[in-house]
Amino acid sequence: MEETERDELRAKLEGISRELRKDIVRMIGLAGSGHPGGSLSCVEILVCLYLYKMRHRPREPHWPLRDRFVLSKGHAAPALYAVLAHCGYFDREELWTLRRLGSILQGHPDRLRTPGVEISTGSLGQGLSAACGMALGLRMDGLPCRVYALIGDGESQEGGIWEAAMLAGHHRLDNLVAVMDNNGMQIDGPCCEVVDLGDLAAKWRAFGWEVLEVDGHDVLQVCDALDAADGRDAPVMIIAHTVKGKGVSFMENNVDFHGKAPTPEETERALRELEESG
Amino acid sequence: MREWELRNTRDGYGDALLELGEKDPRIVVMDADLAKSTQTERFKLRFPERFVDCGVAEQNLMATAAGLAATGKIVFASTFAMFATGRAYDQVRNTIAYSDLEVKICASHGGITVGEDGSSHQALEDIALMRAIPGMKVVVPADYYEVREAVKAVAYLEGPAYVRLGRPKVPVIFDAGYRFRFGKALLLRPGRDVTILACGFMVHKALEAAEELAAEGIEAEVFDLHTVKPLDREGILESVSRTGRVVTCEEHTVMGGMGSAVAELLSQEMPTPMRMVGIKDRFGTSGSVEELVEHYGLSSRHIAEAARELCSAT
Repeated sequence: MEETERDELRAKLEGISRELRKDIVRMIGLAGSGHPGGSLSCVEILVCLYLYKMRHRPREPHWPLRDRFVLSKGHAAPALYAVLAHCGYFDREELWTLRRLGSILQGHPDRLRTPGVEISTGSLGQGLSAACGMALGLRMDGLPCRVYALIGDGESQEGGIWEAAMLAGHHRLDNLVAVMDNNGMQIDGPCCEVVDLGDLAAKWRAFGWEVLEVDGHDVLQVCDALDAADGRDAPVMIIAHTVKGKGVSFMENNVDFHGKAPTPEETERALRELEESG
Repeated sequence: MREWELRNTRDGYGDALLELGEKDPRIVVMDADLAKSTQTERFKLRFPERFVDCGVAEQNLMATAAGLAATGKIVFASTFAMFATGRAYDQVRNTIAYSDLEVKICASHGGITVGEDGSSHQALEDIALMRAIPGMKVVVPADYYEVREAVKAVAYLEGPAYVRLGRPKVPVIFDAGYRFRFGKALLLRPGRDVTILACGFMVHKALEAAEELAAEGIEAEVFDLHTVKPLDREGILESVSRTGRVVTCEEHTVMGGMGSAVAELLSQEMPTPMRMVGIKDRFGTSGSVEELVEHYGLSSRHIAEAARELCSAT
């Protein structure tokens, strides 16, 4: 890709990320509950997947040749909903119904209610297993589709993550790419203080995965890593170093905003900041 | 006492899987390092490309099964009932059932008749756990033929299902012509005095109890209630409306199992004097099958006694 093309790509993906951050803050603010911190930390990852890397058809959500995405850290649902709405899976107005009775946008992803959601998640440590199952199924059918899963670092304290890691490594699932939103924080505090995850890259390598590391807010780094993950003969883990609450000064690296919605005043302040940052 | 031909119900599972696998390329079978015990190994040998062993990782087994089903497969996931429903409950509830995926959990070693391995391997709450999950169908077949036919039927029911299989060889009640009707209580013996509803291992015990009762002039109507969820409301109410008494028999705790399901129905629709034969809020223990059946009050004598008590009281 030419430098000018890369610049254009960067500008486009950064612009969309900024817009989606506003949607996320607004929808959680309106809902009055939700998880802003871990939603804001994974925006660029989702934008790069849905608007750069993945083959998918928003008007045909069940297109058999689509790449699959699993949000294993299901509490980041607002980020997923924002990108799905941006792609056209459903009307953007739906975003303002988040978490309300009867909404297609549940507190955590629900495949039966939300177009574009491949599998219901929310109880942590299960989405990566489901992604392994999809990768196995697509491989059995000889389909070229790829499966992408987004997991959290705090989520990786779940044993199920490592059961899935072992299975994927054993089967050399080269159609599976996991991205870790490594924001370093969980509800009770910094992960390293709650239960330290240790050397994540070494752990994944030991389980038979290839590991790439990127700045999870640098869209070109994320895109390059997603491209670099193609054509390996093992599952790939992209450890994306991110900032919890990214983009809103008073939410950044603030565990209080893991699972707390901004007040109306905080919502206004956050939206103003995001507006000015662009 | 009647002489029964004994046969392993898990053979029925293995046979059904081979038949399904032969006809339908969507059938995928998974196990968690118990393929020899659950008999999924026979499928593995025939269709290795459609078999996945997750190793000793039951939570991963269930969530991976969900992912496979999301690609259009009909997935049979097997391990022991204890681990399928207990260890992996969250995965079964949240990733399989909440997503309404085509995962058929066929778990062996349900109930006290696991025997010598003892409490850690004796699932006595599995029916209660699975029955409480919205959309989960629960089938507890009684013998080789019923297992075989139930498994084939369950493959094509929409959504998730739980099929409970046992460990020991059990009496053959049916024959090669057996036709499984999902959701219908199967009348095995008509009678006017008391309705006996049994599932799984307890079905032959109920038949033996009915013979014992007949010798005393009590005519028991015996049903094989293989489908615990959804319950055959009409079939049960029709019988109970005639007999006015009901005994349920299950190799499971009486809290939340088949007997509870029947009690939920009758207490609201047709309050009826009732006795529940089952395990009374206790853990299992090591012992031989026959010793355990006696120890936990699951023998035909116990069933007959419950029926007799009802008949004399009402």
